Amino acid sequence: MDKQKLHSINYNESVISINGLYKAFGDLEVLKGIDFNLFKGENVAVLGKSGTGKSVLIKILIGLLKPDKGEVIVLGKNVEELDRKNLDALRLRIGFSFQNSALYDSMDVYQNLAFPLTMNVKNLSRKEVDNAVEEALDAVGIIDKIHEMPSELSGGQRKRIGIARTLILKPEIMLYDEPTSGLDPVTSTEINKLINEVQELYNTSSIIITHDLTCAKNTSNRTAILLDGRFMKVGRFDDVFDTDDAQLKGFFNYNFIQ
Amino acid sequence: MSTLLSKKYVFSKGIDQYFTGIHDAYKFTLLFFKEVTKRPFHFREVVHQSFEVGIKSLALISLTGFIVGIVFTKQSRPSLEDFGATSWLPSLIGIAIVKALGPLVTALICAGKVGSGIGAEIGSMKVTEQIDAMEVSAINPFKYLVVTRVVATTITIPILALYCSFVALYGSYLNVHTEETSSIISFYQNAFKSISFLDIFSALARSVVYGFTIGIVGCYKGYNAIQGTRGVGKAANQAVVLAMFLVFIEEIIIVQIVNWIRFF
Repeated sequence: MDKQKLHSINYNESVISINGLYKAFGDLEVLKGIDFNLFKGENVAVLGKSGTGKSVLIKILIGLLKPDKGEVIVLGKNVEELDRKNLDALRLRIGFSFQNSALYDSMDVYQNLAFPLTMNVKNLSRKEVDNAVEEALDAVGIIDKIHEMPSELSGGQRKRIGIARTLILKPEIMLYDEPTSGLDPVTSTEINKLINEVQELYNTSSIIITHDLTCAKNTSNRTAILLDGRFMKVGRFDDVFDTDDAQLKGFFNYNFIQ
Repeated sequence: MSTLLSKKYVFSKGIDQYFTGIHDAYKFTLLFFKEVTKRPFHFREVVHQSFEVGIKSLALISLTGFIVGIVFTKQSRPSLEDFGATSWLPSLIGIAIVKALGPLVTALICAGKVGSGIGAEIGSMKVTEQIDAMEVSAINPFKYLVVTRVVATTITIPILALYCSFVALYGSYLNVHTEETSSIISFYQNAFKSISFLDIFSALARSVVYGFTIGIVGCYKGYNAIQGTRGVGKAANQAVVLAMFLVFIEEIIIVQIVNWIRFF
């Protein structure tokens, strides 16, 4: 499957622009000068070993962490300069899928999806909320689980519900943190397919944080390799790994491609 | 030298953590007072949390209050009998329970039951990124989780303390009734004869302070939980220990203040 044919990308419109981004935790420097653009309609997979700062990067993009240095422009707004109200307004335009789904344990699937909607959109009728929940669950193909509790769901189902919870607010950008981690190969393939469907259906631009090469290959229009706090190489998946660089080769050989 | 070994502390790791902990708790409490006055108020969640704190603690408070009333009466009777003053028993019990034991026993039970529950629940939400999930959904988690719970404990625990006092007095009455015939109305009248408005007001004021303390400590410990599931257990445990410790400190301070007001 050639991912390039799936979706039209506007390479003139950047939805995320990162310039000279640095982040350290104490003495440990995690990001050491990231420069990157995500274009409208594009899926970019960020690959890297565990602990290289992949999740830190997307947490900075959504304002969960503050950078030490550098500029992060998301949908035309400088994230660090936003006050709480404007940051919340920006966050409504971004969907964040957590590595462990982060579903609210005390709520069933319906309430998990309805919660962000009813908290952010006032004066919705019950019917409108029901419709929005059903539409989001339909998009991830798991509508029959609507009244189940998170503890009753499998890992793959939890991932789908986590994605549905972000889709209910109709985001323009999706940030996926390790969408296939801890899943079996069959479920991983289904999640990869879902990421592509979300891109098509909701016209989103996405950053997919992963160390799963299959996920990167099947979901991304471009792939970026994060090594030693910097993007070592950015490009089409096949081009990125068509290299003689020993570090990249090592990373590539370590992983298994289906 | 490795980065871990070369880490600098002003005094030592423990002392630095102690002072930064106090500073963080202070900032956390200030943030509560800032957020509690701002919209949205999440009334429905406050009612839900009040139900969790109040109704679900009723059975335990009833049982404990009842037993305290019986035991305190049984322990006090022989001493009063020595002086032929058993008729003072209702007054003694009234003063002891309404002024001191009711609020304190309720606070200690709630510190154990409610404080640990809040610490564990919020701690679990923290380590499983549910708080971050709220944040990225443009929901203020501090307002939704912390403010609602602290308001709920501050409102509900004084009501529970009053209820506990009434149940304890009833337990005491039943014990008195087994020894001598007396009506429940005259028992309650005698019990409240020695209690002033200031006593009831100070008991309520103390319960408000205890309620706030239990809520804020539980939330603070939960909100700052780290190290996965181990951190959740630690947060719940620390919430109970710290809340109980602070309740005793507050008891001493408020009693001194009330005595000072009484003096003037």
